[in-house]
Amino acid sequence: MKEISCKLLVIGAGPGGYTCAIRAGQLGIDTVVVEAKKPGGTCLNVGCIPSKALIHVAEEFEKVAQMTAGENPLGISARKPELDLSKTMAWKDGIVGRLNSGVSGLLKKAGVKVVEGWARFRDGKTAEVETELGLQVIRAEQIVIATGSEAVELPSLPFGGPVISSTEALALTEVPGKLVVVGAGYIGLELGTAFAKMGAAVTVVEAQARILPQYDAELTRPVAKRLRDLGIEVLTGAKAKGLASKGAALSVEAADGQAMTLAADKILVTVGRKPVTEGWGLGAIDLDMDGRFLRIDDNCRTSMRGIYAIGDVTGEPMLAHRATAQGEMVAEIIAGRKRAWDKVCIPAVCFTDPEIVTAGLSPEDAKAMGFEIKTGLCPFQANGRAMTLGKEAGFIRVVARADNHLLLGIQGVGAGIAELSAGFSLALEMGARLEDVAATIHAHPTQSEGLLEAALKALGHPIHI
Amino acid sequence: MVEHVIKLPDVGEGVAEAELVEWHVKVGDLVREDTILGAVMTDKATVEIPSPVEGEVVWLGAEVGNVVAVGSDLVRLKVAGDDKGSVARDASARAPAAGTVQPSVPAAPPVGDAVARVPLATALPSPSANRSAQAAPLRHFVRGGARPAGEKPLAAPAVRLRAREAGVDLRQVPGTGPAGRITHEDLDAFLAQGPSQAPTPGLQARTSVEDIKVVGLRRRVAEKMAIANARISHITYVEEVDVTALEELRATLNKQKRQDQPKLTLLPFLMRAMVRTIAEQPSLNALFDDEAGVVHQHAGVHIGIAAQTPAGLMVPVVKHAEARDLWGCAAEVTRLAEAAKAGTATRDELTGSTITITSLGALGGVVTTPIINHPEVAILGVNKIMVRPVWDGSAFIPRKMMNLSSSFDHRVVDGWDAALFVQRIKALLETPALIFIEG
Repeated sequence: MKEISCKLLVIGAGPGGYTCAIRAGQLGIDTVVVEAKKPGGTCLNVGCIPSKALIHVAEEFEKVAQMTAGENPLGISARKPELDLSKTMAWKDGIVGRLNSGVSGLLKKAGVKVVEGWARFRDGKTAEVETELGLQVIRAEQIVIATGSEAVELPSLPFGGPVISSTEALALTEVPGKLVVVGAGYIGLELGTAFAKMGAAVTVVEAQARILPQYDAELTRPVAKRLRDLGIEVLTGAKAKGLASKGAALSVEAADGQAMTLAADKILVTVGRKPVTEGWGLGAIDLDMDGRFLRIDDNCRTSMRGIYAIGDVTGEPMLAHRATAQGEMVAEIIAGRKRAWDKVCIPAVCFTDPEIVTAGLSPEDAKAMGFEIKTGLCPFQANGRAMTLGKEAGFIRVVARADNHLLLGIQGVGAGIAELSAGFSLALEMGARLEDVAATIHAHPTQSEGLLEAALKALGHPIHI
Repeated sequence: MVEHVIKLPDVGEGVAEAELVEWHVKVGDLVREDTILGAVMTDKATVEIPSPVEGEVVWLGAEVGNVVAVGSDLVRLKVAGDDKGSVARDASARAPAAGTVQPSVPAAPPVGDAVARVPLATALPSPSANRSAQAAPLRHFVRGGARPAGEKPLAAPAVRLRAREAGVDLRQVPGTGPAGRITHEDLDAFLAQGPSQAPTPGLQARTSVEDIKVVGLRRRVAEKMAIANARISHITYVEEVDVTALEELRATLNKQKRQDQPKLTLLPFLMRAMVRTIAEQPSLNALFDDEAGVVHQHAGVHIGIAAQTPAGLMVPVVKHAEARDLWGCAAEVTRLAEAAKAGTATRDELTGSTITITSLGALGGVVTTPIINHPEVAILGVNKIMVRPVWDGSAFIPRKMMNLSSSFDHRVVDGWDAALFVQRIKALLETPALIFIEG
């Protein structure tokens, strides 16, 4: 096949890669993007989007199911709902398909050439791609590695048969009767909660002492309570040892050291994600590493000239919006603009029930960094809108410097709070102080008033709490 | 309990107002009779205000730096006694203090020549205006101070992007916004300064500004200097004087002096030389009343000696230098200098000069441009004595040389007269015997 020569080659069309390619195309850079699967990466195909679709269905289903219980405080009664998960999956696939073609259309509009196949470095300026039509060699002046991440497999529980990763969980056509989730991180809890709402009997096995160990206990408490209310059993300090009963159960070593066996139709392993650093010829270019990840500087440059890396392959937090921002920045750097990574915060959302949002520093982080801090917390019990939604669990919390009231972090847990995250990160990115938030009118009645109230609380003069 | 009002007393002849320079008490303090409450300063003297009664301070009538009219309320004390009249007192407490000017703010900002018609009183904040501003409840406010060294610069994303594109390291940009946030305007200001402002690597630019209120003596000095510089057309004339002989004479006299005689400096010689010269050129020993258009030529030579004191610049005056001999002048200078430094100089001792000497001794430098002590017409500046090579016609010889930097009010003193005056003094100092030979 005829060799392709281009200015920029992007390997991977996930949120980082496709954004980088589109922006580069907009800036008039001759760009090629290589993707083995469908454009959109993990996020669009087997991550954020399909999981949120499934979570939404589960919420709706559970809502209706609650209305059949008889004594419904809202005064609604309904017949017992039924779920056809294969139809759900078809609806979800439709959304994913629309977004796939949306990304393809945007790449085309930006003049980006898409090569379908698996890329592998030959040297620092050349990659070869196995396509359906044969080996395609691509020479590029600059290369962006955006290979992303994949689910971590447990050696004792290899994927296959009843043992599934989130990818397979998002493609189930039947709700499993008994689901065991190994790993109480955000992916495991999001999916475990969804399947529980859809009728599965869910048990969560977590090796650490509590759920969502990367969040502080105050934030996870409402989630833990909701898991209990949903009848999800959470075994903390417990280790998954392997399959038992010919694959129909999971053997677990409980916190007290006792061996137990959990019957399971499916075992969902969500023990984290790892960067994809194999299979694309890292050995041929020998880049410096930062632990498991590729080492990058604040321009997303790797240790080899002309090679950049973005997204999950470059480190934590492994979040789509981090990759997107890096991708855009790298495209502009390649176009000759002066850019550097100088973000104040990368917000993170956990779509559990209730949702958790974190932006900036937690109180503990801030103290560990030597700041003297003030915090303010507004519980949603004091928020009218939360009451009218029947979702009073949770709160919004602000963390600010004690000396000049500069906001260092904003966190919250509550129903639908993900949509407030933009306000949190905007405040931090703009360098707002408590007074700025306190003096901004927050529309009534909304849950966002919780942020105003938390700021007032930190200033020592809350109105509603 | 009743309220006792202490008004600003009459602190000196013809003084209508005084500047508050110090409070010794604050609201809530208990004071005894004769406790010093504070101090006010008039044109010439600082006067302490004692409490006539025992009680608790409930109200202070001025801020340090405010000018207070004589007779206006200065301090209110709560003192033991019956309640009669206290209600009325309270009511009057809310009314504006007597003797203070109420600002009458014009409805619209004055434009053009209207400015001239606005009475001065409206332009200057009166003590009562200041007080009402103080009385308003202060909102707790965290100042946006400068960013401490080593802290990450704080700026909105758009500012960061602009800085990046302009090649500006935001760590070098002072932030004026809340919490030291760098605004677009800060960046504009930094860019306007140009790249030459970039500090040496490793050294941190300091961006804090400390506000120091100009009060008391400092303010008097500032006002006097401004008047002197604005009104007087200065001409400065510098001449070098060979003081080798004078220094020999001085050393000899100091060696032979009696125990009770003061140590001689150069000043008494200069003062005596000035007295001799002024006898020939009386027009230099004068006060120019430029409003009346009159030069008051004084017969008595009253020489002000500019002196640095712990409180600031003061000018004690040696009265009637023409009637004092060398030792007399020396004794008077010593006495006045000590009084000024101790802060015990009287108003009389600090006023009434007709001509002034300024000397910084060892710090005298090569040349100065003295500012005339308004409304006088001449000031003599003494520079440092240095050994310099002087050509005597056949060889360079080391001589003790000193410059005299003198300023004159050119409105009433011609350059010719100024030069004559200095040349005459130079001649006397170079041959010091002439200072003392009569006739």
